[in-house]
Amino acid sequence: MGKRSVVPFGPQHPVLPEPIHLDLVLEDEKVLAAVPSIGYVHRGLESLVTKKDFQEMAYVAERICGICSFGHGMGYCMTIEDIMNVEVPRRADYLRTIWMEMSRLHSHLLWLGLLADGFGFESLFMQSWRIREGILDMFEESTGGRVIFSVNQIGGVKKDMSKEMLANFQKRFDEMEKEVRKLTRVFLDDYTVKSRLEGIGILTGEDAIRRGAAGPMARAAGIAVDMRKTGYAAYDDIDFEVITSDKYDSYGRCEVRIGEIFQSFDIIRQCIRKIPDTEINVAVKGNPPEGESIVRIEQPRGEAFYMSRTNGTKFLDRMRVRTPTFANLPALTQTLQGCQYADVPLLILTIDPCISCTER
Amino acid sequence: MGQFMPFAGQVLKNLFSKPATTQYPFAPKEYPERTRGHVEIQIEDCIMCGMCMRSCPPGAIEVKKPEHQWTINRFDCIQCGYCVEKCPKKCLSLVPGYQVPAGEKAVCVVQQPFDPEEEARKEAAKQAAIKAAQEKAAAAKAAKEAAEQAQS
Amino acid sequence: MEKMNDYLFKIEKVELLSVIMEKKNALWRLVQICCAMVNDQYEITYSFANGYEFENFRLIVDKDEEVPSISRVYNAAIFYENEMHELFGLNVSEIKTNLKDRLYRIDAQTPFKKEANE
Repeated sequence: MGKRSVVPFGPQHPVLPEPIHLDLVLEDEKVLAAVPSIGYVHRGLESLVTKKDFQEMAYVAERICGICSFGHGMGYCMTIEDIMNVEVPRRADYLRTIWMEMSRLHSHLLWLGLLADGFGFESLFMQSWRIREGILDMFEESTGGRVIFSVNQIGGVKKDMSKEMLANFQKRFDEMEKEVRKLTRVFLDDYTVKSRLEGIGILTGEDAIRRGAAGPMARAAGIAVDMRKTGYAAYDDIDFEVITSDKYDSYGRCEVRIGEIFQSFDIIRQCIRKIPDTEINVAVKGNPPEGESIVRIEQPRGEAFYMSRTNGTKFLDRMRVRTPTFANLPALTQTLQGCQYADVPLLILTIDPCISCTER
Repeated sequence: MGQFMPFAGQVLKNLFSKPATTQYPFAPKEYPERTRGHVEIQIEDCIMCGMCMRSCPPGAIEVKKPEHQWTINRFDCIQCGYCVEKCPKKCLSLVPGYQVPAGEKAVCVVQQPFDPEEEARKEAAKQAAIKAAQEKAAAAKAAKEAAEQAQS
Repeated sequence: MEKMNDYLFKIEKVELLSVIMEKKNALWRLVQICCAMVNDQYEITYSFANGYEFENFRLIVDKDEEVPSISRVYNAAIFYENEMHELFGLNVSEIKTNLKDRLYRIDAQTPFKKEANE
């Protein structure tokens, strides 16, 4: 039997953009168990609902996290629209879908860059982020913000995209798709990259269900679950297939996310072609009636769960956000068991951790 | 190429092309028209209603009606644009240009030009009007009571 | 079990483990556990999903009452139950891995717990 030791990992670590702490129980170089703990960026946004009114809360919900900010605002607005029985205009649905897919694009490109950084391919990391920059520019042109967009409101969206703007974006997306295609060949075909990803961090389908994994983590384990198929916003009008992989390892997760990048390009193309010409928001009067609503949407990192509970006043009783990273924590501890210590940073990256989301 | 050197093409291209980044500060950064940089006010149109102050999620705006001052703590402002949406006179706007860093959080005060004498005269007129109305009401009440007494 | 709407059922504490076992045997996955304080009582919502099917079970307990842990059935519940204990002060008995108030490394104890007089 080898020597046992406990090694603290994080909250400060070169591979982590955000603080999470793991206590790793090691036997020589092998990880026996991992115990995560969070709370370094806990802000208590869920309890802020009792102090900010329901319309202000849309801006607060958006600030849960910087990468999935659009999805959080949208998920929150959808719960309140459901409680108030507000029918969102169709154009707003399409605009939300376009922005959501742009969020997915930039989140996955960010993740690809971080992954490349994780296994030490700095140049590839720079190239991924260079492409991602183009999406942030488009966000700034259409919403006015690069990270926090503030376009969601109860009853629709605040800003519209003109025909010229959409045509311009389409041209830029086509260019970008060509570049991404070149880049992803490195991730999928390169010999060194492959040898770093294949066979590491196995999570089988059975384990994924038992551990409640969500999003690309579950889809890489062969489980075809994608909340977009439930048809919120404009996804009911869009043709797309759920992307899965049967490789169960880090390479599979990379494959799924790369597949989703091209799927997002396709969804945006369909949206720009089909977008109807209607209003972009409806006026909402009065306070929400007493009630509660549950909405699940597909964030770049997986299924996110929103619950709002109103009491008839302008303040909410409870808002619950369960983010995909929280659901993937048990799956992370599962994949860490039995891995080599040197693979720990890479395995933490493959769940695409978003700690600010997790802690709210 | 293929499996062994898929990145070589990109590397060669990078060697002979211009950098992808802007050469800031030598080349200026241009913001798109919709950029939410900071809140600006057209103070002449402001009616000091305080809607922006009440709607601001982080509580960065303060409206002082007696002094005719509109103040904003630009370091607290989150550029969400809710005040712009709520303003009844549409005198607020979000314009490009970010707040520059500073050593401490400073409050930006915008003073609405007003004439204290004019204000005092208006106030006096208002008080006089209220007083007149009160007197009139009292007189009417007295007359009514007198009439009632006369009846009984 | 009492049906509240299409996807929400109200259950009693004695029913909890049987409901959980039923879902476990049908290979449903745990989506989340949510805790809320309503009128000085805890309201716990267990959400399960199987593909696109979705069901929620709501349990209401008094402030000092103990709730049995489901972490021995659903491993993923460890984090949700520790979270409820640390943020709301809910008593969950016998969690499989009790993180002993160390999941959230924050200064405040049970920050989301509401006292009756508030």
